[in-house]
Amino acid sequence: MDVWLLQIFNSLSVSSILLLIALGLAITFGLMNVINMAHGELIMIGAYVTYVVQIVFARYAVRSFELYYLVAIPISFLVAAFVGFLLERGLIRFLYGRPLDTLLATWGISLILQQIARDIFGAPNVEVSTPHWLKGGLELLDGLQLPYNRIFIIVLAIVCLISIYFYMYRSASGCKMRAVVQNRAMAACLGIPTSKVDAYTFAIGSGLAGVAGCALCLLGPIGPSIGTYYIVDAFMVVVLGGVGKLIGTFAAAVVIGVLNTTFEFGSTATMGKVLALLMVMAFLQWRPSGLVSLKVRTLD
Amino acid sequence: MITGIKKVQLDREWIFFGLIGAVLLLAPTLLSEFRLNLLAKFLTYAIIAIGIDLLWGYGGMLSLGQGVFFGLGAYSMAMYLKLEAAGGELPDFMVWSGLTELPFFWKPFHNFWFALGAAVIIPAMVAALTGFVIFRSRIRGVYFSILTQALALIVTILLIGQQPYTGGTNGITNFSTVFGFSLADSSTQTVLYFITVICLGCIYLFCRWLTNSRFGKIMIAIRDAENRIRFCGYNPVMFKAFIFAFSACLAGLAGALFVPQVGIISPAMIGVVPSIEMVIWVAVGGRGTLYGAVLGALLVNGAKSYLSESFPDAWLYLLGLLFIAVVLLIPDGMVGLFRRLRKNQKTTWYSPSGVVIQMRSHAEFS
Repeated sequence: MDVWLLQIFNSLSVSSILLLIALGLAITFGLMNVINMAHGELIMIGAYVTYVVQIVFARYAVRSFELYYLVAIPISFLVAAFVGFLLERGLIRFLYGRPLDTLLATWGISLILQQIARDIFGAPNVEVSTPHWLKGGLELLDGLQLPYNRIFIIVLAIVCLISIYFYMYRSASGCKMRAVVQNRAMAACLGIPTSKVDAYTFAIGSGLAGVAGCALCLLGPIGPSIGTYYIVDAFMVVVLGGVGKLIGTFAAAVVIGVLNTTFEFGSTATMGKVLALLMVMAFLQWRPSGLVSLKVRTLD
Repeated sequence: MITGIKKVQLDREWIFFGLIGAVLLLAPTLLSEFRLNLLAKFLTYAIIAIGIDLLWGYGGMLSLGQGVFFGLGAYSMAMYLKLEAAGGELPDFMVWSGLTELPFFWKPFHNFWFALGAAVIIPAMVAALTGFVIFRSRIRGVYFSILTQALALIVTILLIGQQPYTGGTNGITNFSTVFGFSLADSSTQTVLYFITVICLGCIYLFCRWLTNSRFGKIMIAIRDAENRIRFCGYNPVMFKAFIFAFSACLAGLAGALFVPQVGIISPAMIGVVPSIEMVIWVAVGGRGTLYGAVLGALLVNGAKSYLSESFPDAWLYLLGLLFIAVVLLIPDGMVGLFRRLRKNQKTTWYSPSGVVIQMRSHAEFS
């Protein structure tokens, strides 16, 4: 019984991490069709921002140190969003409609950002201390403990998902964003400043990557190549989920998370990941456009 | 009129090709042993680049998993070399991992010809299978790129995870002889260099013929308008799977040539990051021109080894800037840049009917 509970909890935990790292990508890749290979480095920026906030708190506000993490989340969002905004204005807007070129250029950005991180923080990994109130875990049964930090990440992922939903479907600027994605020319005719909307949309996607980076700090040490480690997973979630729908991203994160932990349980950790990726590729045979997709009639 | 122009261009190209060939054949007398070894390594990279150019420049498919095929070829050859170095005993890393006898799939690699065949055929089979599966469900463009990238990730994880059979993160290393000749010998290395040059030459000529043939025309048509080709009654799936398999074949051969000259193969050399670097060689040289791919592979790697010797930290910045600059400033690569500089006017293109039309930049094809 507790084995199953633990399995379910682990699946949820992995799914929530996948959801966090893929949410931002679901916006930049899924909605805007921009292949942002530097997405992983935006995650890295979020992680390092958390690290810096921690240092600042340890130096100037020792008394309220325990709260540093709550401050770090919005700051990582803002910093990553700002970097994303610069990226969109400085580079990506020249490359709309050339997805493969965007891929190469953003890969260049990712190399540069990684090297910058290496120069500032050094090549070895740095440790972010988990705040006291996230240490330990919830004792459910004897010998079955659910770590607080994992529970926190699950909650964080759900909060992010819900806020993005409300932003996209219940706010005026979210409505503009969807309008630009669906029919740019028509949106422009109606007076929506499309290039401004592009920049904001990209910034929001990047900011979410920053939040994901902040969450990853709870799981282990962070280093300059933390982004490369997660980028393929993030892309697989978005591709499996189907482009342009949040619900698809959510479902895909859950599916891959469950597959991952289930296979891992039956074999080794590496085989678990390999089998999960193979399953995703096999599934795309059956539904090439992912779990959920917008129906369109265009061919080329 | 057209034939006249074509003939002049052809002659010029042959002279160019002959010159390059002469320089490459004379290189062993001009370069130090270390530099020659480096050049040989770059030439194996050039073979991969030709494969990527066929796939991307002509076929319009950007594979981010070429490192996998390179790795499959390299590992096949490394397995043979390792067995020869171990001299009938169990390879050292297997002993360290606690294996007591050779795994069954290692056994055929005692034979050199089997290893060489496997280095070419296994990548081709893997590519043909994945390609068929991907293209059949009409996955293309960036989705193809992402899936091949996932393939690169899967293979790297597998290689690292199966330490007893693959040497794990360290890869396979410590070779001594090939065919009984010592690998440390400079004469062996020179012979290997010549083999590489000849392979590259033959592959270049073959691919040149292929791209100018009817098959090449269909390839370009698929790149530019796949659906129209479908409506014309062709089945693009088979064509695309074939090109993918062929480019994998070339990458595998490059891997087989690479290992005896460099003496090591590890997952770090074939994973996601190296696979993307392979693409930039072609982008820098110029897509859709085979010699551009060769040029790009040599230039980028030459710059890399020069710069990482002199300024090890700056190299990653420069590589990053190179990616951005190529895409923004010279989307048609060095070859396109030369063309523009030489003519200093809009490049013209002769259509089959003899009418001069404006040439589209390759960027539009992507």
